Amino acid sequence: MTRVLRALLGLLAPLLALVAAFAITSLVLISAGDPVGEVWAEILQVPETRNLANIVNQACVLYLSGLAVAVAFRMNLFNIGVDGQYRIAAFVGAVVAGEAWLPGYLNTALAIVCAMAVGALWAGIAGVLRATRGVSEVISTIMLNFISTSVVAYLLREAAVREEGSNTIGTKEIPEGSRIGSIPLAAADSGPGVEVYGFVVLAILAGVTYWFVMSRTRFGFDLRATGQSTTAAVASGINVRRMTILTMMLSGAVAGLVGLPILFGEAYSYGSTFQSGLGFAGIAIALLGRNNPVGIALAALLFAFLEEQSNPLQILVGVSPEIVAITQGVIVLTVVISYEVVRRFLTRREQSRVARAERPAEPAEPAGPAETQDQETRA
Amino acid sequence: MSVVTDPVAPTPAPASSRGRRLRPAYWWLLGIGGFIALLSLLERVTGADDLTSAGTVGATLIATMPIMLAALGGLWAERAGVVNIGLEGMMILGTFGAGFFAFTYGPWIGVAGSVALGMVGGLVHALATVVFGVDHIISGVAINIIALGAVQYLASLTFSGVEGGGPTQSPKIGDVPTISFPALGDRLGEIEDTNWFFVSELAAIARALVTNLSVLVLISLALVVLTYVVLWRTAFGLRLRACGESPAAAESLGVAVMRYKFVAVLISGGLAGLAGGFLAMVASSNYREGQTGGRGYIGLAAMIFGNWRPGGLLAGSGLFGYTETLGLRQGGTSVRALLLLVSLLAIAFAIWQVRRSNFTTATVVFIIGAAVGAVYLSIDQVPGDFTRMTPYVITLLVLAFASQRLRMPAADGQVYRKGSAG
Amino acid sequence: MTETSSTAPGDPRAPLAVRLRGIGKRFPGVIANDDVNIDVRRGTIHAVVGENGAGKSTLMKILYGVQPPDSGTIEIDGSQVKLSSPADAIKAGVGMVFQHFMLADNLTVLENVVLGAEKQHGIGRKARAEVRRISDAYGLGVDPDVLVEELGVGARQRVEILKVLYRGARTIILDEPTAVLVPQEVDELFGNLRELKKEGLAVLFISHKLDEVLSVADEITVIRRGTTVRTVVPADVTSRQLAELMVGSELPSPGISEKATSTRVQLAVTGLSLHDAAGRALLDDVTFQIRRGEILGIAGVEGNGQAELVEAIMGMRPGATGSIVLTDQDLAPMSTLRRREAGIGYIPEDRQRHGLLLDSPLWENRVLGHQSRPPSASGRLIKRGAARADTQRIIDAYDVRTPGTDVPARALSGGNQQKLIVGREMSGDPILLIAAHPTRGVDVGAQAAIWNHIREARAEGLSVLLISADLDELIGLSDRIEVVLRGRLVGEFDPSDVTPEQLGSAMTGAGSAA
Repeated sequence: MTRVLRALLGLLAPLLALVAAFAITSLVLISAGDPVGEVWAEILQVPETRNLANIVNQACVLYLSGLAVAVAFRMNLFNIGVDGQYRIAAFVGAVVAGEAWLPGYLNTALAIVCAMAVGALWAGIAGVLRATRGVSEVISTIMLNFISTSVVAYLLREAAVREEGSNTIGTKEIPEGSRIGSIPLAAADSGPGVEVYGFVVLAILAGVTYWFVMSRTRFGFDLRATGQSTTAAVASGINVRRMTILTMMLSGAVAGLVGLPILFGEAYSYGSTFQSGLGFAGIAIALLGRNNPVGIALAALLFAFLEEQSNPLQILVGVSPEIVAITQGVIVLTVVISYEVVRRFLTRREQSRVARAERPAEPAEPAGPAETQDQETRA
Repeated sequence: MSVVTDPVAPTPAPASSRGRRLRPAYWWLLGIGGFIALLSLLERVTGADDLTSAGTVGATLIATMPIMLAALGGLWAERAGVVNIGLEGMMILGTFGAGFFAFTYGPWIGVAGSVALGMVGGLVHALATVVFGVDHIISGVAINIIALGAVQYLASLTFSGVEGGGPTQSPKIGDVPTISFPALGDRLGEIEDTNWFFVSELAAIARALVTNLSVLVLISLALVVLTYVVLWRTAFGLRLRACGESPAAAESLGVAVMRYKFVAVLISGGLAGLAGGFLAMVASSNYREGQTGGRGYIGLAAMIFGNWRPGGLLAGSGLFGYTETLGLRQGGTSVRALLLLVSLLAIAFAIWQVRRSNFTTATVVFIIGAAVGAVYLSIDQVPGDFTRMTPYVITLLVLAFASQRLRMPAADGQVYRKGSAG
Repeated sequence: MTETSSTAPGDPRAPLAVRLRGIGKRFPGVIANDDVNIDVRRGTIHAVVGENGAGKSTLMKILYGVQPPDSGTIEIDGSQVKLSSPADAIKAGVGMVFQHFMLADNLTVLENVVLGAEKQHGIGRKARAEVRRISDAYGLGVDPDVLVEELGVGARQRVEILKVLYRGARTIILDEPTAVLVPQEVDELFGNLRELKKEGLAVLFISHKLDEVLSVADEITVIRRGTTVRTVVPADVTSRQLAELMVGSELPSPGISEKATSTRVQLAVTGLSLHDAAGRALLDDVTFQIRRGEILGIAGVEGNGQAELVEAIMGMRPGATGSIVLTDQDLAPMSTLRRREAGIGYIPEDRQRHGLLLDSPLWENRVLGHQSRPPSASGRLIKRGAARADTQRIIDAYDVRTPGTDVPARALSGGNQQKLIVGREMSGDPILLIAAHPTRGVDVGAQAAIWNHIREARAEGLSVLLISADLDELIGLSDRIEVVLRGRLVGEFDPSDVTPEQLGSAMTGAGSAA
């Protein structure tokens, strides 16, 4: 019964956050004198098949980004560096795949492994700094983001092949045989382009793996225990330094996947216009999805939906589509607040339930000090 | 978030034998003088003669101010115990504020507008972190997302269809007045041209200060001094800093912790907004999308580099502003010359560490120094990409190798709830 | 210091500094204070004693305005006051020195002192002079311009006292001030307190250490279960009588029946040493053995190396030297996890920080520390079903009052949390149990239950290293007691013929080893 209630409340929190975010966005629209009704009507209509494919594709990318952030969140680490990690990883993946040392899908696999390894190493720098020198991973990953921007820009110039008649530069194109084909969406009258990345399957696989590792393995248990209480983790025999480095590397490895759906399914090379900023969206998505693999998927779909549906706003109703960025940012804040409210409600409820169960004995200690324990609001 | 945390150390060992915090002013003069002398020497050895030209100094001043103001914003918030990753977002708000208000009402209202919009960002951060107890990093990230979207939305709303403007930029806006002493400047220019060791460099710096000096630069520098005075010399500042060091202690003595944190974050937002305004009005002449280019984060880095002290962050911002400037002006050659300096300094530091029998650090620093030296010898120019990442690399190195010497506010980044005292 | 100054205790001519009448305070489900009556006279040291959880701290927070009372009246210097914040209390001339110091490490002494009281003398030269004046007047020896982080514990406490005096307090509350002090520092503190008394201040001194109370206080009020039992004068009572007043008649006895018989050594610690970053010895050549079925008690004033000893044996302290052998396995090269697997159970001192994942369900807390062993794990996987079932076993066997295994640990009361930890650490047939303050802060019922479990396990051959601040618990449970002082074992006692007084003097280094 409690579990049902917990689940219900678990849904209530993000719902609350969404409502608040929509309300605030509407207020902004109203005060700017924009047509609120039309904007929402445009955004909230049922997407066309073509848009649906875009939504799924974008959600696939966002999902991986959210997963990468969530891995670290579970250990109370804040990987702000997914952005830098995925870009440098996608670049290396593109170079490896473009060189095509191996035939066909072997080449693809090698490129994916290389990308994950690079992501892991890049994030590992922050992990090592944190574990050995006590440097906050927040600051170090921010710095690493900028460093990776410069490094990639430099390497790109070194490794670039200039496309003829264009002033964008990029890596060598991935050979046909190593690309990941699209999956036709289940619509009957699908025209050209109405297909989703084959990488979606890999993303789902990543989600299942994440779930299994976190909730069923000792590694996942150690990771979550360390995230909740380093002191208890140390006392229980967990090597916290090792876990810190491993978790950052794992988070980076997943981050290494983020750019690959685009690389293998659409762009086929890494160029100066490769999509950036996906890492920060991942933070929002992991928060909204509460680090839960299904929750992250729903959050990713929602964000992708908002982005795709807002695209034509400028043309149709003359409102800048960036308005949804406000919605997304506000969601991050409201979701954290509403989860906290729900969590406190649940704790109080459990406490009174327990108090009833232990009635004959002494009642519970006043819960005050326990409530103010550290690390409670993240995630 | 805390910048320096040790997840496992059971009891922190107090670093006892550290020197007094207040360094006499002459240390600063000596340091600056020494630095100029080094650069002067370097110019002569390497022939990179743009290292200290008046043009470079002037541009450095312009490049330094936004970083410094952002860092100052970070300082106010963090001294009160609130980490402000949202500086970048507040700066973005500031650029738009300057663009919009300066275009509509003139430069001084533009300055006020940039501060006001930055404070709006600060208000959101204060509400989230202080009132609702949201994790400071999460709130900061959210503000950066919101600010970026909001400014793009607002710019498209206000500047579209305006002559000279568009969804991504405002029309040209006026600058605040500048001060010039042409006569003095010419005399100094003559001295600069004499190419006397040290003297001509000093003249170049002085010339930059008397030629087309924006009033906003003066105001910004005054704000550093003002910050020091307010935070370290008044009761208000003491209370504010106490909130960042030990909010429970402050509250047990009747300090309204929440109110001080709130005010500090508001001021932080205002300063970050002004940093954005500076970018739009002085460093450039209109609002443009993406104008901040991560300078909010560089400001954060400068604040850490400066060990959460006004003087330190000024030095950090100056260093970062200087590398930025060199990168833009004949970047390759000048920065290459700097590599020689870095290499020699690193090797000297390594030798010093050996004498203090700190062999691990010495080895690492020596290898870095040698590697930098090798790079200096093997290339003609440093690619601009590497110049751009210098501030971030420096900050990482400082954090990695000098974190014991850094002293952030003890309760920085912790969510405080009222009534935790006692 | 001087003994001449102590005037007739409880001199009825001295005016009342504090008068509490009928103070009551309830928290949801708990009565913290009920009908508390205390009179404190000016120019005296008045001790309030009681067991952990008796309601002393709540009472002092009420007097300092941190929490409002539900009922009763407070009179300070003859006039009734209403204290709704510390600021009110300060205004009324009441100051408090918290058990956990309220100091900002990175600020100077001066800054810490003037914080919140800047109006009095500013924050500059005048304030510095005033700090110096007070420091000299009461012999506190505090330098206003050093950073607090550079001060030792005793000096920090003097800064706290100075803070209170700077605000013109005439009544000072000290909450468990000696808990963190070494004996010499305790003497210095008492000297300072007598100095304050001489100047006409009233000092309220909270403690549960009877020897200290008897040596420094003019009057002693005993609190039991939230209410004042009696006020006595030290000359009229012995520490035994005071202890009886504190615990009431139903003092549960932790006594054990027969002596350990086995001669097989299960834990042999030899030459264990540990130094802090500054090179000071935290543990100094500690050597002892525990036989099969034997409980070794470690007595000592807190902070004399007990925590370090436990963490060194558990492998949580890098840098410890010496040998630790469990049956015939050398533990030195092993990680904490390997040591646990080798058969060590560990009841940590601070259960919320070291023993539990507060927001995780009970069954996950069951897995904690056992994540590599059956029944909760097999190979690299966690077995959730088996873990839940075994949690239920612990709940039944150890009488953990909870509606189920999915309740987060945070929701349980302290006693039930502790019973869960004891049950967990007894799982997997440990050879050695390290129990640090196993019954601290738990109710009487849970205390008796935990003692029983330890006793039963001992009968089956478990060796126990028992660290406790409760001398009755140590004497009642242990087969042997070692006294630790400044990181060294300084004496061994047989619990059957040792008194708390003898132990107490050994703990402070006053007595000679038996």
